[in-house]
Amino acid sequence: MSAAVLDVGTEIPEREFPISRYDLIRYAGASGDFNVIHWNERIATSVGLPNVIAHGMFTMATAIRVVTDYVGDPGAVVEYGVRFTRPVVVPDPEGAVLSVRGVVRAIREDGLAEIDLTATVNGETVLAKARAVVRR
Amino acid sequence: MPLNQSFVGRTYPPTEPYEVGREKIREFADAINDDNPAYRSPEAARALGHPDVIAPPTFAIVVTMAASRVLIADPELGIDYSRVVHGEQRFVHARPVRAGDVLQVTLRVADIRSAAGNDIVSTEADVTTTEGEHVLTAYSTIVARGTAA
Repeated sequence: MSAAVLDVGTEIPEREFPISRYDLIRYAGASGDFNVIHWNERIATSVGLPNVIAHGMFTMATAIRVVTDYVGDPGAVVEYGVRFTRPVVVPDPEGAVLSVRGVVRAIREDGLAEIDLTATVNGETVLAKARAVVRR
Repeated sequence: MPLNQSFVGRTYPPTEPYEVGREKIREFADAINDDNPAYRSPEAARALGHPDVIAPPTFAIVVTMAASRVLIADPELGIDYSRVVHGEQRFVHARPVRAGDVLQVTLRVADIRSAAGNDIVSTEADVTTTEGEHVLTAYSTIVARGTAA
């Protein structure tokens, strides 16, 4: 349950999340995903990437914060899915900035709200079909 | 080289039990820079109706990724791990993961296909407690870039 208003068309304002190389290393440690393309520039570029890229799961975890902060209770998020369309490149020391906003697209018959998320870096979509189903 | 289609429908035995600890949840929440008190304070979590601190909505990847690694690393599947990227991810929760849960993952290979020169493997990971309570299902698609015949 949450006190926040979720009706069709309710907009969750855009927020910006800076992402640094430090974030990726800390996420690697916490999640157990030590794939070298998320922290080693030499190997990332050797497999054809422009630079180190963020874990898709780090981007996914960051994006849902607009919803969990909005509703207050993260346990209200019943369902959450994304498609990873474009890697988030994280050069050092510049980093990247992830911009995320949401809009309630529908209220289902069971009363749950379907929220579509828009997640971009430099204006380019990095998560497609990003949708959360949230208890109101 | 095409992937081994005989893997479709295969179900792996449940993984070793994973005990979700409060400090692991806090560490994960810190790593995503999320200061929500429900991830840290049992009192705050209880005020929201949860019996103990809960984990962020994507925390289950910690346990499901370990299960899917067994599949991806299987040489009989024939996937080139160095070319693997994450395609899609979806979590459907019966309830939030919370501290004290002892979780097991049962991984099923849902689909294997090729599209636009990529090999695509879809899995469903059923996450339950050792008492048999269903907690969530994680749907995952991984893509091996440019490896399909």
